[in-house]
Amino acid sequence: MSKEVLSVKNLNMHYETLSGDVHAVKDVSFSVKEGESFGLVGESGCGKTSVAMSLLQLQADNAKISSGSIQLDGVELVGMNESELRKVRWDGISIVFQGAMNAWNPVVKVGEQIREAIREHYPEKSKAENTEKIESLFKMVGLDAAVIDRFPHELSGGMKQRAIIALALSCDPKVVIADEPTTALDVVIQDQILNEIKKVQQLLGLSLIYISHDIAVIAEMTDQMAVMYAGSIVEIGPTEKVFSTPKHAYTRLLLESTPSVVGEKKKLRSLDGEPPSLINEIIGCSFSPRCPDPSSDCENPIKEMGLVEIEPGHFADNCCVDCG
Amino acid sequence: MKKNVIEVKNLEKYYEVSGGFFSRNKDIVKAVDDISFEIPFGESLGLVGQSGCGKTTTARALCLLDPKTGGDVKFYNNETENMQNIDNLEDEELKKFRRNIQMIFQDPYESLNPRWTIKDIILEPLNIHNIGDLQDREEAVVEILKTVGLTPASNYLPRYPHELSGGQRQRVSIARTLIMKPKFVVCDEPTSMLDVSIRISIMDLMLNLAKDLEVSYLYITHDLAVARYMCNRIAVMFNGKIVEIAETEELLNNPIHPYTKRLISSIPVPDPSYDRKVYDVNYDELDAIIAKHGTDNPMVDIGNEHYISTHDVKGLI
Repeated sequence: MSKEVLSVKNLNMHYETLSGDVHAVKDVSFSVKEGESFGLVGESGCGKTSVAMSLLQLQADNAKISSGSIQLDGVELVGMNESELRKVRWDGISIVFQGAMNAWNPVVKVGEQIREAIREHYPEKSKAENTEKIESLFKMVGLDAAVIDRFPHELSGGMKQRAIIALALSCDPKVVIADEPTTALDVVIQDQILNEIKKVQQLLGLSLIYISHDIAVIAEMTDQMAVMYAGSIVEIGPTEKVFSTPKHAYTRLLLESTPSVVGEKKKLRSLDGEPPSLINEIIGCSFSPRCPDPSSDCENPIKEMGLVEIEPGHFADNCCVDCG
Repeated sequence: MKKNVIEVKNLEKYYEVSGGFFSRNKDIVKAVDDISFEIPFGESLGLVGQSGCGKTTTARALCLLDPKTGGDVKFYNNETENMQNIDNLEDEELKKFRRNIQMIFQDPYESLNPRWTIKDIILEPLNIHNIGDLQDREEAVVEILKTVGLTPASNYLPRYPHELSGGQRQRVSIARTLIMKPKFVVCDEPTSMLDVSIRISIMDLMLNLAKDLEVSYLYITHDLAVARYMCNRIAVMFNGKIVEIAETEELLNNPIHPYTKRLISSIPVPDPSYDRKVYDVNYDELDAIIAKHGTDNPMVDIGNEHYISTHDVKGLI
C-alpha cells in the first residue's frame, strides 16, 4: 500500500469581510496517496479553490486559517513562516491555475518565466541545465522546444495551458493541484490536455488534486473524489463507488444534471435555488433548502452533522445517509 | 412537407487579410465556406465544432450583423406566407425581419449594459420597434420576466446587471430576446459560462419556451452532450464547412465523418467504468483533403436524412 503524501485534517478557513466572516472551508479532511489522483467537485463558490489556495497558503490577505492541519510528507504547513513556505511551494506542491490566459506575464518570454521558478529553488543550476530541463518538460506535455522563446500572446489557449503544466512540473513537485485546467478550452483541446495530464502523472508518479465543476471530467481523471457543498465535504470516497452508489442528495443531483453523449438520452434534473450564504452559521443540513425531498429530520438542529462511513472508504454526510 | 423558418443555401463569408500596408498580396480567409441547411418551424438545429471553425460567423451572418459575402438566406415572411430573401431588405421590411430573428449571446456578463437597469434593458427592443404605448410596454416586461422565471418582477426591474447571478443574467438576456416574440433565435453558447447546476435549468427553460412560443433555435455549442439535449438535428462544422448533418441520435450512434467521430470521442463520460476510446485525426491532412476537393456537390444523403460531405476521407477512417 502506497503511503500518504498529503493529509489535510479538520481544515477551517474564513475570509474576514466588512459584513462578517465568510466561512469558505469548514472542517475539511482528506488525504492523497502517492501516485493517486484526488478529485474535488462542486458548484462555483463551494470552496474548491479556497481549499487549493489554503494548501499552498496563497490565499488573499483577509483569509485566515483558523484551525486544522495540512501535512506534506509529515511536515506541518500551517503556521509556517513565509520563507519556509517559499521552499514548499512549487518544490513540494505546485498548482496549474484556472485561466491559462491570465496566469502568464504577458511581457516575459514563456521559457524565461519557467526558468525563474527553477532558479528560485535551485540557484546552483546553470542556464544550460535549466534550458535542457524545460525542453524535456515541453516534450512531455507535447510542446515544441521553440516555444521557450515565445511570448504568451503568440501561443494558442491550448498551448498556453500545456506550458502552464510544464511550469507546474518544473521543480519536480510531489503534489500537483490542477484547478479547473480545461474550463476555458473547447472539447477537443480539453481532451488532449486531460490525456497529457494523465500521461505525465503516471510517468512521474505524481499525486494529483483535480478540481472541477464538471463531474464527467472527475469521473475520468480521478481515483478518489470528494463532493463539496457550502464549504464542507458532503461525500468522499473511491470515484467508482461515489458514482455507482451516491449517498448524498447533492451528489445524486450533480450526477443527474450532467448530460452525456453515450447511453439512453435521459431527462436531466435541474438544481433550483442558490447555495446558502457562508456568513451565517448553518443549522442542520446545509443542503436541505434545495433538497428535492427533505425529511423532517433535515432541519433538526439536534441531529449531529458530519461524515459517517457507509462502506469501507466511502463517507457521506450524516443527514442524507438515511434518505433515498 | 414541413414549413421552414429559415433556409440557408451556399452561405459564404470571406474575409480579406492583407499582408501589410505596403503589400499588394491579399489572402482570403474562408471563415464560412459554402454551407447549406434549413430549419423547420419549432425545431432546433445544433451547430457544433471547435473554436474558430466559423460557428459564430455563421450566426452573425444570419442575423445580418456581419453581411455575408455570398449565398442565399431565405426567411419565412408571415405576411406573404412565402420564403423571402434577406438581401436588399428596405427599411420597414428590415425592421420586421429583425423583429423575427434574435440572438442570445455567450457571455451574460458582457452582453448586458452595466449602467442600465433590468427594466431598461428589456424595454429597449420595444422602444426601438415602437410597439404599444408606455403602459403596454411595461406590462409586457413584467409578463416576460414571469415567463423566464424571474418573479416577483418588481424585485428585478430596478436592479442592475451586477446585482444578479450569472444564471439570472442569462434569464434577462433570454427575456430581452423573447419580448419581440421572434420565430427564430440564434443561441451562441448561452450556457457555457454557467455552472452545471444552473445550466440545466436554463436549458430546460429554453426548451419549454420553444414549445410554448413556437420558437426555432440555431444552437451553437462545442459540447455535443449539450447539443444532444437541446436539438433535433446537429450539423458538424470543420474549418468553415459543414461536414456532416443528421438527426441528433442518428449522428451520435452512426457518425461517418472522421471529424465527427473525433468530436464525439472527446466528450468526457460521467461514468468512471466507461472506457472512452479516443479517435484521433490529423487535422492538417483532413483540411488538405477537404480543400483539394473543391465545392461541387458537397453533401450526399446516406439515408435517414443523414448527409455527409463527399470529399475523399477514406485514408483517414
